Amino acid sequence: MLSACADPKSIEGLTWAVCYLTSGKHIAFYWSFVTVMLLLAITAPAALLFGFGGATAARSPFLPARVFGKTYIAMVRGVPDIVFFLFFVIALDQAIEYVKFLAVCPPGSPSPWQGLEFRVCQEAKVPQGASSEFWHNAYGFMLAVVTFAIVFGAFTANVLFGAMQAVPRAQLETAEAYGMSHGQVFRRILVPQMWVYALPGLSNLWMILIKATPLLFLLGVEDIVYYARELGGSKTQAYEYPHGDWRLIYFLGLMVFYLVMTRLSEVVLGRLSARLSRGQATAAGEAMRKAAA
Amino acid sequence: MKKLLLATALAGLSGAAFAQDVVRLGTEGAYPPYNFINDAGEVAGFEREFGDELCKRAGLTCSWVTNEWDSIIPNLQSGNYDVIIAGMSITEEREQVIDFSQGYLPPASSAYLALSADTDLKSGPVAAQTGTIQAAFVAENGMTLVEYATPEETVAAVKNGEAVAVLADKDYLVPMAAESGGAMVLLAQEESIGGGVGLGFRDSDDDLRGKFDAAIKSMKCDGTLDVMITKPEYFGPEAKTWGDAGKEGC
Repeated sequence: MLSACADPKSIEGLTWAVCYLTSGKHIAFYWSFVTVMLLLAITAPAALLFGFGGATAARSPFLPARVFGKTYIAMVRGVPDIVFFLFFVIALDQAIEYVKFLAVCPPGSPSPWQGLEFRVCQEAKVPQGASSEFWHNAYGFMLAVVTFAIVFGAFTANVLFGAMQAVPRAQLETAEAYGMSHGQVFRRILVPQMWVYALPGLSNLWMILIKATPLLFLLGVEDIVYYARELGGSKTQAYEYPHGDWRLIYFLGLMVFYLVMTRLSEVVLGRLSARLSRGQATAAGEAMRKAAA
Repeated sequence: MKKLLLATALAGLSGAAFAQDVVRLGTEGAYPPYNFINDAGEVAGFEREFGDELCKRAGLTCSWVTNEWDSIIPNLQSGNYDVIIAGMSITEEREQVIDFSQGYLPPASSAYLALSADTDLKSGPVAAQTGTIQAAFVAENGMTLVEYATPEETVAAVKNGEAVAVLADKDYLVPMAAESGGAMVLLAQEESIGGGVGLGFRDSDDDLRGKFDAAIKSMKCDGTLDVMITKPEYFGPEAKTWGDAGKEGC
């Protein structure tokens, strides 16, 4: 807080704007951009991992794994994201507390589900009532990340499943003819070649993931949408910096942010696609070979 | 080092089991002067000062949590916080799902804010916040109701013509009308709905409710509650107070 900002109602013009834009709430708004980036940075690899697991399970020769993989993909893909988000976060939270309830609450404690309430003993609360606000927020964020990873993992699994099927059968057969085992074919031939087929689908998912981050707001995480609405709403004299309805400006700012994010992603993904096509037995790979020759 | 970090993280999550329990107060943070998030990003308003004073008197450590209005009761029940302190009127409907403390604000009037003083309330939809006593009132009295998630949006709806008027607590609307520069006015018609404002508790939390009830009573008895209500930054000198009625049984 700048010293010039001690009495916001007596200042105006540029000083007012500077003070306004550096208020505690605005600083929290700027940090929420980091929250969104962090969500992307954690969710993307986690979803890829879930997706890889799901796809591998779905085409496994072992029946229970195949059933599990296919059920996961079909179930999550079939339920509207918002419904899944609203349901799963509450379910996961209660499941975690229930497991802890079984472990730490004194024996004979009543079941946590009492009519409309869900109530575990103090020791079983996650996070503990006494822990700092940071842990409460971190826990909420963690629930959101897991949910995002499961939802986007299912879509990723479907993309990777398709990509694995798309690798030319001749490639795999050649490897088998060389005497490679099933696992060796998978690791050395299938996985390295599938990425080029997976990339269009994955890049699509990445774009959707970027655009789905405002769902955080729905889950009670104070993200950029929360702050844009909170800061943009008209403010009376009860506030230090009264102003009219500025939501349009704040939301416009968010639109610019998302457009920049998606544009940057497009550039990076374009380069990645070129890199992956090099030397591949695909049309793009062939075109590159001819251009070079 | 890694183990140390992990242990610290676990200790943070599982909390200091020996530390005093913290009572988490849940509020909306969007309804000045009752409660709002100030420019420093903290909960402020009448209920902030009032809640902190109650915790001091009851000898409790309290922390503040904000939650959207429309899920404020379910999230109390699932244990995200322990007390609702959000200008919530005591109604029979809510009594069926949660318990209320005694009132800390006397029943206040609700007012209509519209673009002109001669607005016909039947001529178009009337805005109110979802799940409020005002929304129920509008629906039950032959007006067309449009609901919004936040109080802020109900007022914005009148400004841009989506609704002919908004019905809300008068104390919330007075500064809106005063600062609109004449663009919006309060109608002469006022409604008296609700049975006073109280704290909300889970049905099973009678101990906690007892502590807060005692603290509210003590603030009524020594008159500090009335002084706090009439502060100019909250409800002003003309606000309804408890007066002698609050001192019964002291």
